[in-house]
Amino acid sequence: MNEDIFLWLIQDGVTNGAIYALLALALLLVFAVTRVIFVPQGEFITFSALSLALLEAGRTPGTLYILVIGGLAAAAMEAFVALRERAWRRLPRIAALYVLLPVAVAVLVAWAAPRKFDQWIQVLLVLAMVVPLGPILYRIAYQPLANASVLVLFIVSMAVHYVLTGLSLVFFGSEGLRSRPFWDAKFRLGVLEVSAQSICVVVASLVLILILWFLFEHSIYGKALRATAMNRVGARLVGIPTVLTGHLSFLLAALIGAVSGILIAPITTLYYDTGFLFGLKGFVGAILGGMGSYPLAALGSIAVGLLESFSSFWASAFKEVIVFTLIIPMLAWLSLRSRHVEEDEE
Amino acid sequence: MTAASAAKLRPHPALAAFVAFLVVAPFALSEFYVTLMNYIGLATLVVLGLVLLTGVTGLMSFGQQAFVGISAYTTGVVTTLYGGSPWLGLAAGLGLTALVALGLGLITVRLSGHYLPLCTIAWGISAYFVFGNLDVLGRYNGLGSIPALSLFGWTVDTGRKSYALIWVATLAALLAARNLLDSRSGRALRALRFRATMAESFGIDAAQLKLVIFLYAALLASLSGWLYAHFLRFVSPGAFTVNVGIEYLFMAVVGGASQVWGAVIGASLLTMLKEWLKDILPRFFEQSGNYEAIVFGLLMLALLHRARDGLMPVFARLGRGDPRRASPPVAAPGLSRRPRPAAGKLLLELRGVNKSFGGLAAVRELSFEMRGGEILGLIGPNGAGKSTVFNLVTGVLPADGGQIRFRGERIDALPARRIARLGIARTFQHVNLVGAMSVLENVAIGAHLRGAQGTVAAMLRLERDEERRLLHEAARQVERVGLAAHLGDSSASLALGQQRLVEISRALAADPVLMLLDEPAAGLRYQEKQALAGLLRRLRAEGVSILLVEHDMEFVMGLVDRLVVMDFGEKIAEGLPGEIRSDPVVIEAYLGGIE
Repeated sequence: MNEDIFLWLIQDGVTNGAIYALLALALLLVFAVTRVIFVPQGEFITFSALSLALLEAGRTPGTLYILVIGGLAAAAMEAFVALRERAWRRLPRIAALYVLLPVAVAVLVAWAAPRKFDQWIQVLLVLAMVVPLGPILYRIAYQPLANASVLVLFIVSMAVHYVLTGLSLVFFGSEGLRSRPFWDAKFRLGVLEVSAQSICVVVASLVLILILWFLFEHSIYGKALRATAMNRVGARLVGIPTVLTGHLSFLLAALIGAVSGILIAPITTLYYDTGFLFGLKGFVGAILGGMGSYPLAALGSIAVGLLESFSSFWASAFKEVIVFTLIIPMLAWLSLRSRHVEEDEE
Repeated sequence: MTAASAAKLRPHPALAAFVAFLVVAPFALSEFYVTLMNYIGLATLVVLGLVLLTGVTGLMSFGQQAFVGISAYTTGVVTTLYGGSPWLGLAAGLGLTALVALGLGLITVRLSGHYLPLCTIAWGISAYFVFGNLDVLGRYNGLGSIPALSLFGWTVDTGRKSYALIWVATLAALLAARNLLDSRSGRALRALRFRATMAESFGIDAAQLKLVIFLYAALLASLSGWLYAHFLRFVSPGAFTVNVGIEYLFMAVVGGASQVWGAVIGASLLTMLKEWLKDILPRFFEQSGNYEAIVFGLLMLALLHRARDGLMPVFARLGRGDPRRASPPVAAPGLSRRPRPAAGKLLLELRGVNKSFGGLAAVRELSFEMRGGEILGLIGPNGAGKSTVFNLVTGVLPADGGQIRFRGERIDALPARRIARLGIARTFQHVNLVGAMSVLENVAIGAHLRGAQGTVAAMLRLERDEERRLLHEAARQVERVGLAAHLGDSSASLALGQQRLVEISRALAADPVLMLLDEPAAGLRYQEKQALAGLLRRLRAEGVSILLVEHDMEFVMGLVDRLVVMDFGEKIAEGLPGEIRSDPVVIEAYLGGIE
């Protein structure tokens, strides 16, 4: 291996690692607030990346059907509860949030799709389609089980993953797609040629991480999220609606997933089920970082990206094996370190 | 022969019907359905392992397909590349699986809650890519022309012949698992999930038992993989994707993850549903797609929202309940008992014991002694640190400093299960019974250390002699606390005071030298308290020493030999009941000083 290849592998690893870091962040956030191991996080990447690629081709992405169907299902569940409790006044809000909004977005996208607008408008359209899926998903799958054990919520996540991957295949088909790069330029940094797209990814990840950090530390919603993360019952006692924090954390997860998908779409060819592995690598990053600290999770994710790029150079067929086997000793170390009595879930 | 043992020999009607169906099926069903039944049997083997692992023990795995694959590929390589016999392939497959599972298990059974399932997904993915990328395994094309099995010259080369082999193996595994759950080890297993502290306090080695079950589940998957390879005569990585592992777990959940027969129900329903959906769904949609995955996912969501215990309880309600549980155990020879220490001999000794939680000192420089055949009362206001003392003596919590000795041996560094071996048994302030188990079974957990037969003996029913003696002993202790009428009731159905009595009889079943009772009289009526006091006096006469925490002063004063009074983690007084009653320091601690 010469210096060029070495530096190129590092660039590749850091770029992918930045994406994993974003995902790790979302996974930690969702887990801390709702105790959900959010395996389907990766599906947001698939949805947004494939939607962007389809919009560029002037085709209507199937994501809008998923959005409308999901919205209707959530609306039905909300309306059922409202009717049972005879809270008629809630109905207009339910209709606006879960029916009108998704339908409006869908109509807009269907209108805009064949017109091939500028790339930044397409990005906004993708965000408008994918981000609402977060709260909708929370409402449908997780909210009815908010007090269930971590393990039950884990099975729920696997079920959601199953549904979403199935829908993904139905609406996107099995072909792989890749979108145009945002910025085609390449820079020479010494011996290294850096693609502008990689810089985009790293900068966007950093900016997003900083924004999230700022929101967390300084906004009242951030404080509510942190309070829920620390103590659910306590948060409820001081008047923080834990259902709202659940919605909020899933909204952020969907936003992060959608942005990751947009960033990665020009770099990698994505298929309907690629997101799953991306999401899991985010987990590997978070676990390498000790499954608790955001900066360490980001570092762990960069490490995953580097490991992946170097193992694809030396043993490309076994790169997934290497990455996923890595977490077994790491988990062992984690569980030896944290000896806590866990019981009385009954 | 008594009526009870006759009932034991009579098979359950649902089981009899099931076996009858299995016998008739290959003659009545078409080739297609026989093949479907074969897949159901193969899946049942894997799901059965998951029932024991996830449903009973609480360890969730999405990675069982990896073990199926290891064994299927091993026998494939042994028979095609090396021309070995399939039976050699079976031995090699089981051996390799055991080796891998032991390595993974040593790490993973200690993992808490959500880490384990994540870890199983990770190794599932790794295994899939290993299968798909090794030249010797035929990469993504897989291994073909695997030979058929042959058994004493009988070649298993058709679907119907495979059916016989697969279902004999599956039925045997089901019966073995049922036997296991209804045994000493089975009770320990069922207690682990929600009552780990209690289980360890009665000498159950949780980590070891979890490892055994992990290994057993892996070997069941391995057996399924071997049968699969020789039934299909072809192995490829596509059969061992993560999704396959997820579907095994879905089957366990659908069936009701804590019940052995749930494995059959879950595997049957989902296998048939999948076949049916694959047939029917594409007719409604133009595009090809993995529609059955969507249906499976939605089905799981609905099930988790509406019926978290799976469908097995629904099926159980259709048939009549299992009547065997309620019958009292048959008489059996008694178990051997520990020699009691001489009355007045030094038994338990605490010297300068400290324990703090964060900045809060729960126990400070505590020292006292207990002698053989003594009832010592440990009293003090709420939050004085009494229950912490119990947890320190029984090894549930490690002490920060000081020494605890029992019969001269230091026990402050020993884990709870080792301390239990020395003859210390306890009750818990917050009742710590397994709600789903009967009173008799709960109490039999107390006698865990008085039996020695393990999991294999239990599966083969070779431990029935010991089992009878354990259950007889448990029944004797339940009778002793006056609950003989409730032997077969589920412990969750009893009143709180009665549950405390069950706790006491469980401690008694351990044949203790020293009993630690945490508020045993709370929730009892006056007559019941009288009866309890009488029982404790009789125990003292038998040479059992008792350390008692109790708030009912009338009960305490009339019963104990001596008292130790604690306040804010420190000992403030020690002496005879009469002395304590008039001690000004004690009165101030209870009533508050006048300032």
